[in-house]
Amino acid sequence: MKAYLILEDGHVFEGEHFGAEKEVVSEFVFNTSMTGYLEVLTDPSYAGQSVVMTYPLIGNYGVCLEDQESRKPYVEGFVVNELARLGSNFRKNLDLEEYLLQHDIPGIQGIDTRYLTKLIRTDGCMNGMITTKHYDSLDEVMERIKSFKVTGVVEQTTCDKPYTISDGDLKVALYDFGAKNNIGKELANRGCAVTIYPAFTKASVILNENYDGIMLSNGPGDPEECEDIIHEMQILARSGKPIFAICLGHQLMALAHGFKTEKMVYGHHGANHPVKDLNTNTVYISTQNHNFVVVEDQIDSSIAKPWFKNVNDGTIEGLEYINENIRTVQFHPEACAGPLDTGFLFDEFIEMMGGHPNA
Amino acid sequence: MPKREDIKKVLVIGSGPIIIGQAAEFDYAGTQACRALKEEGVEVVLINSNPATIMTDKDIADKVYIEPLTVPVVKHLIEVEKPDSILPTLGGQNALNIAMALADEGFLKAHDVETIGTNTDTIKLAEDRLEFKNLMERIHEPVAASVVVNHVDDALEFAAEIGYPVVVRPAYTLGGTGGGIAHNEKELHDICSNGLRLSRVSQCLIERCIAGWKEIEYEVMRDSHGNCITVCNMENLDPVGVHTGDSIVVAPSQTLGDKEYQMLRSSALNIITALNIKGGCNVQFALDPDSFEYIVIEVNPRVSRSSALASKATGYPIAKLAAKIALGYTLDEIVNAVTGKTYASYEPTLDYIVCKIPKWPFDKFVGASRELGTQMKATGEVMSICNNFEGALMKAIRSLEQNVYDLHLKEIDCLDHDQLRKKLKDVDDHRIFAIAEALRKGISEEEIHDITKIDIWFIDKIKHLVEVENRIKSEPLTPELLKTAKRLEFPDLVIAQYTGKTTEEIHQMRKDNNIVAAFKTVDTCAAEFDASTPYYYSVYGGYNEVDPQDKKKKIMVLGSGPIRIGQGIEFDYCSVHCVWALKEAGYDTIIVNNNPETVSTDFDIADRLYFEPLTAEDVESIVDIEKPDGAIVQFGGQTAIKLTKALMEMGVQILGTSADNVDAAEDRERFDEILEKCHIARPRGSTVFTTEEAIQVANEIGYPVLVRPSYVLGGAGMEIALNDGDIKKFMKIVNRQYQEHPILIDKYLAGKEVEVDAVCDEDGILIPGVMEHVERAGVHSGDSISVYPTQKLKPEIKEVIADYTARLAKALHVIGLINIQFIVYEDQVYVIEVNPRSSRTIPYISKVTDIPVVDVATHVIMGKSIKEQGYEYGLQPEKETIAIKMPIFSFEKITGAEISLGPEMKSTGEVLGISKDFDEAIYKAFMGAGVNLPKRKNIICTIKDSSKEEFLPIAKQYYMFGYDLYATQGTYNFLKAHGVPVHIVNRIDAKSNTLFDLMLTDTVDLVIDIPTRNNNLKDGFMIRRFAVEAGIPIYTSLDTAQALINCLEKRHSGDVSLIDITKLK
Repeated sequence: MKAYLILEDGHVFEGEHFGAEKEVVSEFVFNTSMTGYLEVLTDPSYAGQSVVMTYPLIGNYGVCLEDQESRKPYVEGFVVNELARLGSNFRKNLDLEEYLLQHDIPGIQGIDTRYLTKLIRTDGCMNGMITTKHYDSLDEVMERIKSFKVTGVVEQTTCDKPYTISDGDLKVALYDFGAKNNIGKELANRGCAVTIYPAFTKASVILNENYDGIMLSNGPGDPEECEDIIHEMQILARSGKPIFAICLGHQLMALAHGFKTEKMVYGHHGANHPVKDLNTNTVYISTQNHNFVVVEDQIDSSIAKPWFKNVNDGTIEGLEYINENIRTVQFHPEACAGPLDTGFLFDEFIEMMGGHPNA
Repeated sequence: MPKREDIKKVLVIGSGPIIIGQAAEFDYAGTQACRALKEEGVEVVLINSNPATIMTDKDIADKVYIEPLTVPVVKHLIEVEKPDSILPTLGGQNALNIAMALADEGFLKAHDVETIGTNTDTIKLAEDRLEFKNLMERIHEPVAASVVVNHVDDALEFAAEIGYPVVVRPAYTLGGTGGGIAHNEKELHDICSNGLRLSRVSQCLIERCIAGWKEIEYEVMRDSHGNCITVCNMENLDPVGVHTGDSIVVAPSQTLGDKEYQMLRSSALNIITALNIKGGCNVQFALDPDSFEYIVIEVNPRVSRSSALASKATGYPIAKLAAKIALGYTLDEIVNAVTGKTYASYEPTLDYIVCKIPKWPFDKFVGASRELGTQMKATGEVMSICNNFEGALMKAIRSLEQNVYDLHLKEIDCLDHDQLRKKLKDVDDHRIFAIAEALRKGISEEEIHDITKIDIWFIDKIKHLVEVENRIKSEPLTPELLKTAKRLEFPDLVIAQYTGKTTEEIHQMRKDNNIVAAFKTVDTCAAEFDASTPYYYSVYGGYNEVDPQDKKKKIMVLGSGPIRIGQGIEFDYCSVHCVWALKEAGYDTIIVNNNPETVSTDFDIADRLYFEPLTAEDVESIVDIEKPDGAIVQFGGQTAIKLTKALMEMGVQILGTSADNVDAAEDRERFDEILEKCHIARPRGSTVFTTEEAIQVANEIGYPVLVRPSYVLGGAGMEIALNDGDIKKFMKIVNRQYQEHPILIDKYLAGKEVEVDAVCDEDGILIPGVMEHVERAGVHSGDSISVYPTQKLKPEIKEVIADYTARLAKALHVIGLINIQFIVYEDQVYVIEVNPRSSRTIPYISKVTDIPVVDVATHVIMGKSIKEQGYEYGLQPEKETIAIKMPIFSFEKITGAEISLGPEMKSTGEVLGISKDFDEAIYKAFMGAGVNLPKRKNIICTIKDSSKEEFLPIAKQYYMFGYDLYATQGTYNFLKAHGVPVHIVNRIDAKSNTLFDLMLTDTVDLVIDIPTRNNNLKDGFMIRRFAVEAGIPIYTSLDTAQALINCLEKRHSGDVSLIDITKLK
């Protein structure tokens, strides 16, 4: 069946439909990872967005359910050049198309994803629609496309109630703003008792439980929208508890300290981004997935100092808070998909909490 | 960390001659590295024995020594040049081994020379099997259960313990030479004893066999600060068991999930960190397809064939970066030249698929085994880029220039089910075609997977191609179906074949429906950043992103495709120089080529690089976009010449010698007319199509005769026939492939062969020099020792040759280069071959005469006469320096290959010997070829009857020089009867004192074997193979044997002289 991808700038791509037969309007971003499409699909940070994969062959190894980064895929739609005819892997549970059907996610293939990527790169992330309906006039849908805004996505992706995933000596509260599973797993693997809390949990609830440390997760959307959460983050920051934050968590902590965030032209979405540790001058390759970034010149240097920077564009990739036991990173040390180079940051978090990383 | 200021003068060691396992990739790497060093203001001293390389050009390094790559020579060079540093990781295994030897002896330390980049301790850790294994155990990286042995008995004991099959890997050898999989005691005994002999340190690794696992490689970079990145990973379509150089390889990996991908990536980084690599490194893994278990197979602490492939696959210049890292830079300080925005500390991401297929020499060695295993056999490779796997595979197949454009081979298609099942078990170069045919005949994907262990994903892709092929054959060809076929890169001519239409009809249908190729950019970043790299590949069904520039006149240069016997690196040298000359003259340049190992496919050589198959259809797509003002075909070997007609039909102007005149030189009748008009003689001969005609002609002109197909390169299919039986045999072989053109039968004259290259403009010719061959006519010119300036030609003969060259150039209206081969027989000059294009000897003659022949020819082609360029017409004065080109063979790698020389070219590369003294020059050439004599002063001679008389004085010379002669019965009797002391040695089937026994004692310096032409005697063949496989130099021409003893006699002792060719006199 034919499918169409309509962008808010008037570009229309014709392709072939796969997955759920459903019309969706969303923001469109591209991801440059060559592997890890399942992890991308199930990364809650993509809520409200459709993802264009720049690697042209997607689905080659099918779907291994244990690799999901959350309960289900959160992308709105999936755009690929070619969906694999067959997925081959010893752990495969099902093929990608079947998985998308199960989760009601529409896809479109046969698209010149490189061309589409160049459009997004040049003009910035934009809204669009995936549909199997042929519209004679774009006027019919353009209003809907243009008016779309990614909003309320943290509510959609966070968990309903607290739950504990592991036992251990160090007690960690993990704020779920739309967390990827591997954050909890990395902590659990290091001997932490991890309890996951919904995004809107009051700081007082956490502080009452006397955790050894607090982990703030990644998540979707515009951080400035999360005013209530930012307020709670201020309370947590003042508590003196060791805090480690990733991605949206990093942005929220920055906002809690009065810093600013801004939207990037097309963001960082991939598994090949070099970040430099400014303390050691060592460069690591990291997984990234963000459209917003902490504005460097709005950082109060008496409160925090840049910890990591992106080698390509010099943007802030991590902050160390000077008089607080707080460290935050924009990129994803939990990887999945992507390189495992910065997993040691979880070890350092363990040390921040007074533990031993090899415990 | 900024650049180190204490590094001022660096010695770079090149890789030497092209051999199987070490091809043009090191010229590419070395050239890139030397340029990077010079860019940083470092003085570069280069040594490489291979004159056909670009790296030995005088503008690539400051001082260039084309000298034998041996430890004593490099030592001497260090004493003379006093470099402060040495960079050994760019010249392959040869360079590493020399640097290791120098370090082990303490020579580098004593002379205050620092190894920059990856240091010798690291090299030792990575290369020494035992140390490497211990290190891997320390850092918890799994290696296959293994043992390092110095004796065969230990290997047998280990294998008995862990069970067969086991893999044997000799330490410190090229391309896995001498390795193999042993399934039982006998095989282990054979492979292991051979491996121990080939190993520089008499060491072999015996390990658990993991054949059938996935083979995955990672190309990684690390700087002195410890920053590491992976440039790309690659997956072999062929599971573990086939040498990676002989495997079909894709980049990036296709069947690995992110978990597997990252697991292996982390392991690779862990390993290079533990090894303290500073530069590029290649890590090979075996991955169990049914679990997460993996094994580290091997680490190459240097640039390699795989790194060249990775560089071309991603646009990331590994060798250049390795050089900059050696100077102290860290990855985050070096800007990515592709984007101009990002830095080298960034991992390329691909938005396309790259496919590499090896180019094997089996067409040259008809009797050789095609089996692929741990011993690499390919001479070169092609690479293709597409946005789908099927398309990449189809493009790569046609890039091989085997007259194969799809997944059909005659000899496979005729097999039935059972034969196919059996055939699928053969691991050889036909396997991919057998899989396709098996799928066509209904054998299931699962069964094929069970037999071949190739991942079902790849098999399914081949099935997809078969399905579409069937649709084209059975359904009406709608525009939709045509679109599908083109997206998978079915060429028009194949679609035409399947549909019964003509290629033109398909072409027209494409144009009518606007189904045309679009070009995309290789930009290292999947379009995430704006990139200005002019490096393109084609796809169907996408938007074109090439914006052809029209400001300057645009010239297209056609490259020479994969390295193969007969068309090697020298044509890449010519293509690159042509591009450089065009740029200098102010033209916009476009290069089309498909060989990832070459300098020409570096994106900063031409203004625009199209990495595409060199077929008419693929080139036309480029022409449609670029609309070049002209094309130059005379530098890209036969590959480019073959495209002349097609280019003209596209309306592209052929610059230089016209297609019609090229044809006149190749067409027998037209050429005969020209010769007659010019009053030039040639050996009598005629053209034939059938065996009957051939026999008739041969009998008319009298045996011996030369039989060869026209329009070939490197004497493909050429043989000397002595009788009707030979003719029948050869015609059968020649006709195995369809012959569009007639077959030539010529009188064979056993005279002296002479060769000239000349540049021609409308007013005259420039001959840089005349070269004479040491071996008499009958040995292919590419396999002969070639001497400049000539030593044995009378001045008047040289004049005749110059005159004939001028006449022929004029008659053929040559504009640009011409190569002519002559025979001088009884003081008469005969023309045997004229090639109105560049030749194998161009780089060599350019370097030794200091006349940049390609540059001059290119300017001539563009309209600037020889005179306007400041050169004189005519034969140039001879240089004082004598330069001798010696062919290099890779016979030991090709099991079952006949090694005796004849009119069909067999050598893979060449070295140069250069000196003011003839005997030293030839001695150095032998040295460069690895002949380091005398050692034990024992020689074996088996001489055919008709050559015995001629051999006698040579035998006496060897005897007088102190050699003990060993001979088989006939030769023994003859020598004894003529008073030459000689020992008898029995034929191979005797019970004792056989040739084999003698060779195994490791005391034989040399074998001289003059075989009866075309004999079918197994004995002679076995002797030759055994000598080659035992590593004993063997010569099958008396002329070579004579040249060797002459130079041994006259060689003065002590150090050889060294000549910097940038200051040649």
